[in-house]
Amino acid sequence: MRAAEPFQFVTASYLVRIGNQKAASLLELSKGIEDCSDASIFYHTFQSLGRHHFLTEGFSNDFAQWVLASCNRPALAERLASLDIRDYVSLADLRGDLRRILGDSCAENPREAQQAAFEMFYFCETVEEEVPTDRRAWTLEELRDGLKEMGHASLQFHFLTSRLRLHLRTNDFSRWFAKDLALKELARQVDQIDIYTNTLDSARTRIIQFIDRCIAGEFRA
Amino acid sequence: MSQTQTQAEARVNKLDDYAAVLGSGEIADLRALAARLAGRTVQMVNSTSVGGGVAEMLIRIVPLMCELNVCIRWDVITGGDDFFAITKAFHNALHGGRFDLPDESFKTFLAYTEQNRARMQFDADFTVIHDPQPAALIDARRNHAGHWIWRCHIDLSNPNERVWRFLAPYVSRYDAAIFSSPAFAQPLGIPQYLFYPSIDPLSEKNRELAPEFVSATLQRFGIDAARPILTQISRFDRLKDPVGVLRAYQSVKRYLDCQLVLAGGGAADDPEGEAVLAEVREAAGTDPDVHILDLPPWSALEINALQRASTIVIQKSLREGFGLTVTEALWKRKPVVASAVGGIPTQVIHKHTGLLAHSVEGTAYQIRFLLSNPAIAQRLGERGHEHVREHFLITSNVRRYLTLFLHFQNAA
Repeated sequence: MRAAEPFQFVTASYLVRIGNQKAASLLELSKGIEDCSDASIFYHTFQSLGRHHFLTEGFSNDFAQWVLASCNRPALAERLASLDIRDYVSLADLRGDLRRILGDSCAENPREAQQAAFEMFYFCETVEEEVPTDRRAWTLEELRDGLKEMGHASLQFHFLTSRLRLHLRTNDFSRWFAKDLALKELARQVDQIDIYTNTLDSARTRIIQFIDRCIAGEFRA
Repeated sequence: MSQTQTQAEARVNKLDDYAAVLGSGEIADLRALAARLAGRTVQMVNSTSVGGGVAEMLIRIVPLMCELNVCIRWDVITGGDDFFAITKAFHNALHGGRFDLPDESFKTFLAYTEQNRARMQFDADFTVIHDPQPAALIDARRNHAGHWIWRCHIDLSNPNERVWRFLAPYVSRYDAAIFSSPAFAQPLGIPQYLFYPSIDPLSEKNRELAPEFVSATLQRFGIDAARPILTQISRFDRLKDPVGVLRAYQSVKRYLDCQLVLAGGGAADDPEGEAVLAEVREAAGTDPDVHILDLPPWSALEINALQRASTIVIQKSLREGFGLTVTEALWKRKPVVASAVGGIPTQVIHKHTGLLAHSVEGTAYQIRFLLSNPAIAQRLGERGHEHVREHFLITSNVRRYLTLFLHFQNAA
């Protein structure tokens, strides 16, 4: 089966820009989340999950990890960690929920909110550079071959951060399966892969398995 | 390891050699990024071609960039003994130490900078100036030509005010500055980027070793391969707290059988190192399970073997820059117990890629926990390896430079 439009493989690469904000307490973290750039929210949430994809037990975002390790507040850390980036297609919404959780906690425990953390939290930002490669896929077989050779940053770009780019709760692969190959079941299966409990490599393996099953005729269009 | 050895092994390491540890996709990404920089020129400038971490890094990065068809040149500034005495004093002062030299030393520094500016050629698209010694070469930039980047490899979290006040106006004229930790960033008015230090997985200190060599190394130092080995690799320096490590080991030993290896160098040519070594030996007493090894600088393979033979690697520093010995241990899939100082928490994500501690007692507890839970220890080691593979290898450094150059190019 040949797609209406090809899948364009992109090599993505990321720089970390050090911001000029830092936080030494929960209160300062809460204020920092209000004021920091969208690129900073992105770095500490979407990017953090990609950077730590090999941690599949309880690592979610930098804010939650800092609250746990530097402020020793496991309940609050758990609430922050429970924010699932797959639910967000806008950084403003994600920032709003982070602010709400931290704001509520600081209001409930004003003294604890001002306690000094073990380590400082430094706000950083992502700078993304994307480079379309010469590689395109017109068929499932070609996409599978490209996936096998894709670096982690590119996989992160196509599978994880695509939501913000597309403003859709999906990823580049699923979108292509559904839109250009009319393979909605394959798109759904790939979209359901849980990136919190998979590494990028195991997610890649599962996508390839789904593609193989689709090629073998297991999925209906 | 001697410089000659370093250069020799760096010469034989090709990009494709790294594919075995990184996967071909990562190497393909580097090639794709570099292709966008075709025809662009890069100049790296530092203060020495041999010895020191920056030279060792450039020795490895420059050939890889060349292989990626990036036209790169590496230049080294020159100066008399008086210049390097001043830059050494700058270095210590920027780390937070005193600066007692007269104001005249700033003039001497600038006079040597001017000599270097007149002697050297600056026409690259991207000029990367490493560390404070050549920082004032920004004067050589004409009409905002090219992109100039200052790469600071030292801990600037608490700089001596007098020296930083002198250097900051030069640094502020660059297009960007690069630091090894967010904690080192300064209010400069230019974009500041985070580039982690890195290790070379194919170097003698990090490459895979034959089990026979590891066994032979243990035998040579009288270490029992059949019993748990706790190791700290570090200079004999009070900031590495070797006596604290010994106290933690003694506490563990009350409950669990184990040996301690404290291996490092720096005692032969450093009076303080000699004193610290003596303190450690005295604290160890006659315990036959404590192995204190003062190793010469060319012991990369032996250090590699000791790390690989270890059950747990410790880094109980009181202060730390980044802690590349931690990176090396994590790369070798070792469970690490380390202090939460400097760049260590970036590498040791508590309970994910290792365990952090804040005291002798805490260190002892975490060691006991790992000795009693080998499956958890193994899992931490595996994740630590992945963490290093993603972020702290020499190829990641190449990628960051390429991305930064590309970022400038696209912005222009």
